[in-house]
This record gives sequence, structure tokens and C-alpha cells, in this order.
Amino acid sequence: MSIKYSEDHEWVESKGDDLVVIGITDFAQEQLGDLVYVELPEVGDECVRGENISVIESVKAASDLIAPVSGSITEVNSRLEDEPEIVTEDSMGEGWFIKVKLSNPEELDDLMDEEAYNSFIED
Amino acid sequence: MSILGEIQTTPLHKMHVDSGAKMVPFAGYEMPVSYPLGIKKEHSHTRQSAGLFDVSHMGQIKLSGEESMRALESIVPVDIIDLPLMRTRYALFTNENGGVMDDLMVTNLGDNSLFLVVNAACKDADFQHLKNHLGSKCEVDLFEDLALLALQGPKASKVLSALAPSINEMTFMTAKRLVIGDIDCFITRSGYTGEDGFEISLPSKDAQKLASLLLSSEDVEWVGLGARDSLRLEAGLSLYGHELDDDHSPVESSLNWALSKARRSGGEREGNYLGDNVVLSHLENGTEEKVFGLMPEGKMPVRDGAMIEDENGNQVGKVTSGGFGPTLNKPISIARLKTKYTKGESKLFALVREKRIAVEVVKLPFVKHNYYRG
Repeated sequence: MSIKYSEDHEWVESKGDDLVVIGITDFAQEQLGDLVYVELPEVGDECVRGENISVIESVKAASDLIAPVSGSITEVNSRLEDEPEIVTEDSMGEGWFIKVKLSNPEELDDLMDEEAYNSFIED
Repeated sequence: MSILGEIQTTPLHKMHVDSGAKMVPFAGYEMPVSYPLGIKKEHSHTRQSAGLFDVSHMGQIKLSGEESMRALESIVPVDIIDLPLMRTRYALFTNENGGVMDDLMVTNLGDNSLFLVVNAACKDADFQHLKNHLGSKCEVDLFEDLALLALQGPKASKVLSALAPSINEMTFMTAKRLVIGDIDCFITRSGYTGEDGFEISLPSKDAQKLASLLLSSEDVEWVGLGARDSLRLEAGLSLYGHELDDDHSPVESSLNWALSKARRSGGEREGNYLGDNVVLSHLENGTEEKVFGLMPEGKMPVRDGAMIEDENGNQVGKVTSGGFGPTLNKPISIARLKTKYTKGESKLFALVREKRIAVEVVKLPFVKHNYYRG
């Protein structure tokens, strides 16, 4: 199992066969505060690294979820539509957002490992 | 006066940081947006128990001198001369065009003195405005050494009366001076949440002591600016820069209730304030736009700036404030809309990220006010 992290505070877990699960980090979840709504993309949508794929609404504001990798979306966590608080409770597990089939697996190399991410958020 | 670019802190800053608050810049101050409890729980705690807010960033101003009441009437469309002793009234500073420069609370302290509380973001401009228009008629003093705490919620009176039993004699929008422990407090029974509650003005040096006393009650939790905004939104209370601005009259912001009879056409002291011709004509003839509540369908919040249109794509208005109402567990918004579309005959939609969200026009407030009127 390997989890990598983006500068936009997403985690990307490789599941083999160029399939990844994407969610937001605990740090991001804490920064956002209480979530009230998550707008998810649709299965089959293409995502392009650096572009918006989802919108996360907290009590305070709307924030974009930026695709950390490119590919096509194979599954979305539709539980989040009714229970966005799952993200707050378990951002690294049950609170995942989408699963993506990578179109360019080398993009994973540009992401940070846990140690690098931890020092990134300390700055 | 704030020094440009220098971030200020309130006398309670250290307490917020020590409580684990998330601090953000707001109106030139570093302020707590939320505490570890989180906005939603801080919000419901205020609705069910009592929330403590540090609002020391707001402007506290005193007007004094024989002409002070008459002078203030020249810049607000509100009856000040007949404001009874130790009573508080909501007022607005209008500009030459009848637009709103800020809203404020005015209390008659007696001895020809008035106590004003104005918005943090406007306080320097308001102070200048008062100096310019009233400076030759009365004394205008901006207090630099006062803090302001708000204790809000159904248990606020129980908590405060344990420290100061005489607050039980107060009703909504009245004021009292009293001593808590050895702290000189000036208290009004008012607030910005729709709940019963108090605003307590006191010397900065005593702020931490009083905050600690209040927090020692198990009914009281710190509440930050995040929940302050969702509470006032549910209560349908206007915010300068959103429902109120320099380009819209109080009538266009649905604040007719705040325009005193004595200052309206045919009243004892009709007009004679900045922008009176516009405001009086808006009262007389009505306006094309007013402020309404909106309930969006579904769960997506419709926020400030979202455009409202009808099913044919006609522009109907714009959302002035919007977000999530934790009490209703639904998104809620306030919008300025063309009144001809608000009669229930037109289906209305908000545009959010190129999506059309159906919205229903509703009466404000979203959550019933719970003021103590005796």
C-alpha cells in the first residue's frame, strides 16, 4: 500500500492496476471546519491534474478539490452527498472522495510521501 | 485609530489562543473564527445554552453635550430625541444619496450623553463622519480602552444573574450600569444572534477576568465569528457590506421598521438627515427591490454574490448573504430581489457554478427571535 500527498492537501492511495483512491488529508479537513455539502463529479468524468473535480462546502466557505492526478473517474463516494461529516470524522478512510483510473501513472512521482507532506504542512 | 496595515488584537487575544481558537484577520484585527468545538456546535450551543463572543473589535463611541441628541438626528433616520433614558435603539448612518454607511446601536446614557456601538470595519470612517457632521455641536469620543463581550442564548440571563441579580430587571433593548465583582460594566440586553442576551462593555484591563468568570459556568462556551455569522443569518439580521451598503436605502434593504415615525413624512421631526429626500420618497412610493429570505432546494449552500433569475432567465436579484443554517440543518440565504418576482408566481433559481438551484422566497427571520420583552 502506498499513499502519496499533494500540495493541495489530498491523499492518493494506489490500489494497483493504475487505480487510485483520492481524499482530503486530516490537515485539510481541520482547516475547512464543519462540512455541510460535497459536490462530487460523475463516474466516467475525466479529471485533469490541476483542475477542479469537486467542491467542498464548509459552514464558512466553498473550496475546490483540485485533481492531483489525471484519469477517468471509476467510482465516487456518494455517501458524502448526504453525510459530508464522514470527511470530518474519517478523512483518510470512510471519507474518501473518488476512485480514478490513471491515464498518466508517472504523475504519482510528482506527489509527496508522508514525511515530505508532514514537513510541507509544518511550514 | 488603527495604524494602516498593522494588525490589532483585542484584550482577550491571549485567551482565544490559549483556548485553541483558529485566529483570522478580520476588520484589521486578529479574531477567533472558531474554537475547537467547531462552528456548528458553537452555533447550537448558543441556541440551546449560552455563547460568549469577544466583540471588542467593534467601535464604542460616546457623544456628549447639550446638542448631542439633536445632532445625531441630523445623520440618522431614527428618533433619538425621544429615546428614553437607558434605552437602546437600532439606527443607521445614511449618506447624501440615502444609502447606508453603517448600522449601529444607540443608548441614551442621560446627561445629554449617547453611547454608540458601530461595526469594526466601519469604525474609523464612522468616527470621521461623526466628527465632520457633529464635531462643532457636541463631543465625539472613540473609546480605545474598552472591551465588549456578548453573552447570548436562552441561558445567558441565568448565567449573568448569578453574578449580577439586577439584570433580571432588564428587558430587551434596555441598558444598565453595574459592578460585577469589582468590574464596572455597562450592559445592554441586546445582541446579534436573535437570542436573548447581553452586550457588556467594560475596561479592557478587566476583560479577561470577566470572561473567565462567565466561562466558569458550565452553560457557557466561547463562540467565534463563524457561528456569529450563521446565527445572525438565521435570525435574518443585516450585515453591513452585504444587506446594507452605500448604494441602497434602508427601504431597499427592508429596514422600514428601523425608520422612526417621528422622522417620516408628517412626523414631528420629519426628514432633516442625510439623504432624507431619497429615503422619504422610497417610503412613500416603494422601491423596485427589497431584501428577502431564500430557501434553496437541496443541500448546496447558495452564497453571497449568487445571481437569482426566473425560469425565463430574467434577472431577479442577487444573494447578499448565504450559507448553512445549523438550526434548520439546511442552506439558507438572504437576497435583494425585484419585488415583482417575489409574489410566488415566478419560479426562481440561484446560479451556483453554472447550475440552477430552485429557491423559495420566504419571510425573515429563518429562526424565530427569542428576545426577552418582560
